Amino acid sequence: MQRYILVRLTQGVITLLVLSMAVFVSSHLTGDPALYLLGAEGTQEDYEQLKKNIGLDKPLPVQYLVFLGNVVRGDFGTSPITGQSARDTLMERLPATLELAGAAFLLTLIVGIPLGVLSAVKRDTIFDHIGKFFAVLGIAAPSFWVAIMLILLFGAILGWLPTFGRGGIDHYILPAFVLSWGGMAGIVRLVRSSMLDVLDTEYVKFARVKGLPERMVIYKHALKNAVIPALTFSGLTLAGLLNGSVAIEVVFAWPGIGRLLLQGINQRDFPIIQATVLAAGLFYVVVSLVVDILYAYVNPRIRYE
Amino acid sequence: MADTPVLDVQDLKTHFFTRTGVVKAVDGVSFTLMPGETLGIVGESGSGKSMTALSLMGLVPQPAGRIVGGKILFQGEDLVQKTQSEMQAIRGREICMILQDPMTSLNPVFTVGNQVVETVRQVKEASRFSLKDRAIELLQKVKIASPEDRMSNYPHQMSGGMRQRVVGSIAIAGSPKVLIADEATTSLDATIQYQYLALLKELQADTGMSIIFITHDFGIVAKMCDRVAVMYAGRMAEIADVRDLFNHPAHPYTEALMRSVPNVDEEVEYLYSIEGQPPALDNLPPGCTFAPRCPYVFDRCNEAFPDLIQVGDGHSATCWKLAGK
Repeated sequence: MQRYILVRLTQGVITLLVLSMAVFVSSHLTGDPALYLLGAEGTQEDYEQLKKNIGLDKPLPVQYLVFLGNVVRGDFGTSPITGQSARDTLMERLPATLELAGAAFLLTLIVGIPLGVLSAVKRDTIFDHIGKFFAVLGIAAPSFWVAIMLILLFGAILGWLPTFGRGGIDHYILPAFVLSWGGMAGIVRLVRSSMLDVLDTEYVKFARVKGLPERMVIYKHALKNAVIPALTFSGLTLAGLLNGSVAIEVVFAWPGIGRLLLQGINQRDFPIIQATVLAAGLFYVVVSLVVDILYAYVNPRIRYE
Repeated sequence: MADTPVLDVQDLKTHFFTRTGVVKAVDGVSFTLMPGETLGIVGESGSGKSMTALSLMGLVPQPAGRIVGGKILFQGEDLVQKTQSEMQAIRGREICMILQDPMTSLNPVFTVGNQVVETVRQVKEASRFSLKDRAIELLQKVKIASPEDRMSNYPHQMSGGMRQRVVGSIAIAGSPKVLIADEATTSLDATIQYQYLALLKELQADTGMSIIFITHDFGIVAKMCDRVAVMYAGRMAEIADVRDLFNHPAHPYTEALMRSVPNVDEEVEYLYSIEGQPPALDNLPPGCTFAPRCPYVFDRCNEAFPDLIQVGDGHSATCWKLAGK
């Protein structure tokens, strides 16, 4: 088990290293950073001076190592637009995104798993068909469109829910729902199909044979086996919620890192882009690691190998 | 006590309603089971043996399958009329079953201890503290070495024979009056199989339970059973005491089955096999279901399914040949 965790941890670190390279190189691919920073009024002398000041005169690998060293110490540089440290800006925005992603993830699990179980247990009934419709819609409809439609319905027409900004619990309902729908739909379908497989097994039959009540047969014996594939998927979903949050945060004017990233891209604010992308990458790696450990916990056949 | 059967199945019919038609998996099966008796049910795959067993358990696969007729009298009460929750109280406590495949009968994600204890909790009014003791006692009964340590094992850490013993311990946890063993030893190798059969006999002597042994192995029937019922295409072909059946098979199908068991002392080029295929259960012939493959077939066989005809003491078969002439 310890070896298993160690291997996964090493893989995570390698992933982050590769990501940091990609992020670093990308800032050089879109043009000369010094030229961009200098603006239209700079002279040739200013340009040379600036290059020296920020280390652009050194070879690229050396620049990367300097960049990496700074990142490891938590220094992503200063935003040329706002003059603020990119780390501080990131930290300011991160809680909003984590809260939204967390709420969406909880919603995904709390609604998705029971809905998947019910669809399987009540297979081919009206309940199953409604679940299928809900799932297909969730996968097919683009989230920004769904967001706009819901804002229209619950905000503009019914006036029941706030439609922008961060605030009380009611502010979370719409963005969290829209953000979670795609992943939730995936979970519903996945749990349904793995549940159907599991309900057909001999051990579920034997659980009934030995006189267990149906509730225990389904929620103990069948469910624990059925969530194993859903677990991997839900880890990816959680990580994907961060990416998905870019569109959602823009539509709902949510003050998180998704919107920060978009602003950064629009303004070519490289320290902000780098900080945001690396933070998202770190989150992804950590979530994958946690999922792998949970996976081993739920599935004893992995734990002992 | 020995005079009243613990189980009296009368004209049981379990049909499946599929898109392509009605599949008559069990179509008029009758037999009785005395306390402490071992009844063998033999027949080839698809003859309705397992469906008969699942009907007794109230676990006919839903929603396609349904018991459409007949009675299952268990100690005088008709199980066909019971609700699902009433049947749930009977399963495990009164009637239990050992499934075919020990490798898959136990849930892979729970420990063996967990699975035995939950059964004990379900079938016995025991105090919380004695649950574990009772579970260990059960594992001892099925001769699992150092049961205390085995409690924390997962199924994949055990061999097939040992898993099937655990399944056995779970099946007897509620001291059932009837134990159904559905091909319980088919997937075990010969030595382990022999040990397991001996264990079942021992448990039976201990508890006085009746056993229904579903198998297609005549060797097991000869070793284990008091009486045998032969099934063909969802119906009873013959039922008799085990000696009677081996010495004087009355039904042509039984006779043919006996001939297809290879004999060690005989040297033959080809093994005997019955001509043709069993009929499709959704499209049965109007008369005797065995008629298309029967060497003795005559006119009457294609007209109506034969009645159960008495040929000796407790020995009857469904064949027109026995009706005289």
